[in-house]
Amino acid sequence: MRKLLIESVFRGKLTEPPPIVSDGEKAALVADLDRVAQRRLGRSLAIREVDAGSCNGCELEIIALTNALYDLERFGLKFVASPRHADVLMVTGPVTRNMEAALRLTYEAMPAPKFVVAVGDCACTGGLFAESPVCVGTVEQILPIDLRIPGCPPDPVALLKGLISLIG
Amino acid sequence: MTLIDHQTWQAAVADLTAGSSVFVAIWAERNADAAIVHLAGRHRGAASVEVLSLATSSLHYPSVGLHHPAAILMERAIQDIHGLTADGLPDTRPWLDHGTWPHSRPVVPYPFKPVTGEGVHQIPVGPVHAGTIEPGHFRFSVNGETIVGLEARLGYTHKGTLDLMRGKAPDQAARLAGRVSGDSTVAYTFAFCRAVEQAMGVDVPPRAASLRGIMAELERLANHFGDFGAICNDSGFPLINAHGGVLRERVLRLAASAFGHRLMMDCIVPGGVAVDLTADSARTMTASLPDLLVQFERLVELYDKTASLQDRVVTAGWLDPLLARRLGCGGYVGRASGQDFDARRDLQYAPYDRLTLAVPCLDAGDVDARVRVRMAEIRQSVALILELLGTLADGELRAVLPDGVAASTGSAVVEGFRGDIFAHARTSEGLIAEVFLRDPSWFFWPALEAAIEGNIVADFPLCNKSFNASYSGCDL
Ligand code: SF4
Repeated sequence: MRKLLIESVFRGKLTEPPPIVSDGEKAALVADLDRVAQRRLGRSLAIREVDAGSCNGCELEIIALTNALYDLERFGLKFVASPRHADVLMVTGPVTRNMEAALRLTYEAMPAPKFVVAVGDCACTGGLFAESPVCVGTVEQILPIDLRIPGCPPDPVALLKGLISLIG
Repeated sequence: MTLIDHQTWQAAVADLTAGSSVFVAIWAERNADAAIVHLAGRHRGAASVEVLSLATSSLHYPSVGLHHPAAILMERAIQDIHGLTADGLPDTRPWLDHGTWPHSRPVVPYPFKPVTGEGVHQIPVGPVHAGTIEPGHFRFSVNGETIVGLEARLGYTHKGTLDLMRGKAPDQAARLAGRVSGDSTVAYTFAFCRAVEQAMGVDVPPRAASLRGIMAELERLANHFGDFGAICNDSGFPLINAHGGVLRERVLRLAASAFGHRLMMDCIVPGGVAVDLTADSARTMTASLPDLLVQFERLVELYDKTASLQDRVVTAGWLDPLLARRLGCGGYVGRASGQDFDARRDLQYAPYDRLTLAVPCLDAGDVDARVRVRMAEIRQSVALILELLGTLADGELRAVLPDGVAASTGSAVVEGFRGDIFAHARTSEGLIAEVFLRDPSWFFWPALEAAIEGNIVADFPLCNKSFNASYSGCDL
């Protein structure tokens, strides 16, 4: 283990420079952003992720944000285990009817002010499941949305761009 | 589709119970007052899966789960989706139906199995978990620190995927198949497309078959690298996770630069593949994969030499080989518990029919064995990709699907990273008339419930991750 650790120290870090988000991109992502919440929450955000019926593809890319190359925590953003500790609710999936109640409860358990981020085509538009009678369709039908990150799934760079827009 | 009589059905069920054949899937289709129930099984040692279809006009059929417990969850799903009654089914509680659908049966609070005994208490967990994972509910019955029982309740991610696929053109349906379980999107589209191609009598061009193989092995590599790290992380050893995450990322980037999508979604299409591999991408892949393997072997060395890590993984989450056999567990779960089966070798399909494959099979049945099976598969996947790249033929990427053909059925099994995925499709007038997709996780969940008994609560994440069953894959 020592060998691996020492080597890692000398090799330098793997983390890549953050993506540059143009004003146009920002505007497209944060159409409904709650500006008051943004001022109050500042630049360090705790994120609670809820899978509301995704295919798990979105989760894979969200998890990738924490790998050494993207290193989400350097931006002051981190995932937390409880909605009680969270400022941001990150939701994936077309909100299956079976997850609707759990999603609402998780949102209600979070202290205000709070952001809601819809991640992936399913969460934003219902994606390929928009017409399913056993899905609500979009997160927006259930909760007020501050940010949409489309993609199937959005790759980690797209996710980073979205989250960076959230902190201003 | 040929219909069988009750006697043949009972004989097939007897074969499953005796263990001379392996249960693959049971599903149904229904129009108004008539229904057909399909039972898929595979004789041990046989090179193909057989599908038996039983018509019922009474909306009742003889339960398979009564004799062969591996079928119980699927029969509960049939009851929820199609309203059919499996006569004799030992557990008739709803499974996918949580009382929230327009067509739900009347709701009652879900009756978890009662657990009694002095000092036993329960810990309910989920559907929203602490980490970034899929939703499901776990009901632990605990005595002190020790888990004496676990009951998983799923269905939270039920999206009605199969329903959405019906009546669609094969291309659209394949996109849905690729979203049954995102981590296995290649394997699912591969399996579904093969079933459709068999139904329509289409031969996939050799280049496309090889590219499918390359994608499938990249998917396996990415998942195995990531999960190897995640399992170590759940054992309190994040260093391997940090490196495993980087290895996974490298594979995804190779996939993105070669095929245009990190998870390779929608890259496999009915008739072939949607994207070609350029000579440049092939060279990059050939050059970088052995490099990743070198880095991986150093993590393996670390895993072997770290006593505190070994202490957590060896003997934890033991799955009895007998149970693995009865349930028909495939993939690394089965192969770590003595089940020597790999669809790539045993059910021979292109491009694996021209490759040789040594299937790792262990008897220990613990977390460590499941990790070691995956380690062996990582090395093998790299070798397979290099061989496929080295022998890649020029030629067409996609065969044209005939339209307007009469109804016909096809089925296929593809070895995904998790295990064997079964796909069945019936096409009619160029559209998907009927479809079923069976995830290996249907058998992992009951196996996990059994394997966790006697472990401490703190070891659940570790054991669970070593199974890594899909939720969306069996919620459908
Ligand atoms: S957006 Fe795509 S990747 Fe994300 S959950 Fe939906 S289907 Fe899966």
